[in-house]
Amino acid sequence: MFAAAVIVFREVLEAALIISIVLGASRGVAARGRWVAGGVVAGIIGACIVAVSAGVIARSFSNVGQPLLDAGILIAAVLTLSWHNIWMAKHGRSLATQVKALGHDVQTGNKPLTALMVITLTAVMREGSEIVLFLWAIAASGATRFGMLSGSAVGLIAGSLVGVLLYRGLLFIPLRHFFGITSWLILLLTAGLASEAAGFLNQAGLLPALGQGLWNSSAILSQDSVLGQLLHILAGYTARPSGIELVFYLTTLVGVFTLMRTIGRPMREGKPQAAQKTETVSQFP
Amino acid sequence: MKILPNRVVPLALMGLAVFGSALADVPQVSLTIKDQQFTPKQIQVPARTKVEIRVNNEDRFPAEFESSDMSREVVVPGNSTVSVYIGPLPPGRYNFFNDFNHAAQGWVVSTPQPSK
Repeated sequence: MFAAAVIVFREVLEAALIISIVLGASRGVAARGRWVAGGVVAGIIGACIVAVSAGVIARSFSNVGQPLLDAGILIAAVLTLSWHNIWMAKHGRSLATQVKALGHDVQTGNKPLTALMVITLTAVMREGSEIVLFLWAIAASGATRFGMLSGSAVGLIAGSLVGVLLYRGLLFIPLRHFFGITSWLILLLTAGLASEAAGFLNQAGLLPALGQGLWNSSAILSQDSVLGQLLHILAGYTARPSGIELVFYLTTLVGVFTLMRTIGRPMREGKPQAAQKTETVSQFP
Repeated sequence: MKILPNRVVPLALMGLAVFGSALADVPQVSLTIKDQQFTPKQIQVPARTKVEIRVNNEDRFPAEFESSDMSREVVVPGNSTVSVYIGPLPPGRYNFFNDFNHAAQGWVVSTPQPSK
């Protein structure tokens, strides 16, 4: 039961933290709860499909199908998160103004909502398929059904709880600084996922390592410690990064930051009357 | 704004896979998982060389080949074989384990090759 609780907690936590950050970052967008819930459901279905076809996936592409699939899912998440962040860089300020003026969430059209759903889906699918395979493994090796179910429930509840806490914590940030801070959080998260994708492509033998273990900071901050794991999920902290992971991390960080500053530049500050027009955020060139 | 059409990612991955298999001049070593244990428990590989480990899971249920020392993590479904590329590694001992059952532990030992 303990093993089930720990592994389910670990995987749920990862998905929950990602979801709570993007939920925070899209604060003020109407109907986002429904789209995120849709993403969770689609992600669970996707996870089961991946788990059931694990054998076929593993054998494909000369036996490196699984890391390739992981890398593909991660790259999809990276692209969607980058797009979301650039969109929020442009619209965050006017969103904040409008939410304040109107006192309720703003209709923004479907674009940021689709992005939210895709991010949720990829996070749940990746972590969920591991949970399914793990439970399958321990069930087959003779764990009791009760222990497995209760352990999974504990892990699921605890992991979701940390996600809720992070979300609640984010809401304490004053609205003035809110989108600035969440966009930095998403930027770090995106860079971390990009470097993870690089790691999988290297594991599949498709990208050179460019130095396995450029440095080892395990002594300062072990990746197995609570803080190390949190930083790994939130900002891609790796105690022993390879060169290619570092290249992907920095390229994503600088690239997305530059795009946010150029194409994502905020529109002219909304004057009070502009805040009444809910359509101002619906256009994205 | 669309950064990349959705079709580009799978196509690029397929391209990479074809490209990768064309470069298949990599030494191979085999590792078997049976009755929840690795055989052999210690794998010898040449140092500073990229190596393919073919992990063959003969059990009925999935295992996860994982290594913090080499940052590797891959699910090996029951009765399946997967490939994990490691290295080039500096000489040393590197631990790996089954993340679904930590009783299964093993080591990759990379040793310098005789001078060419």
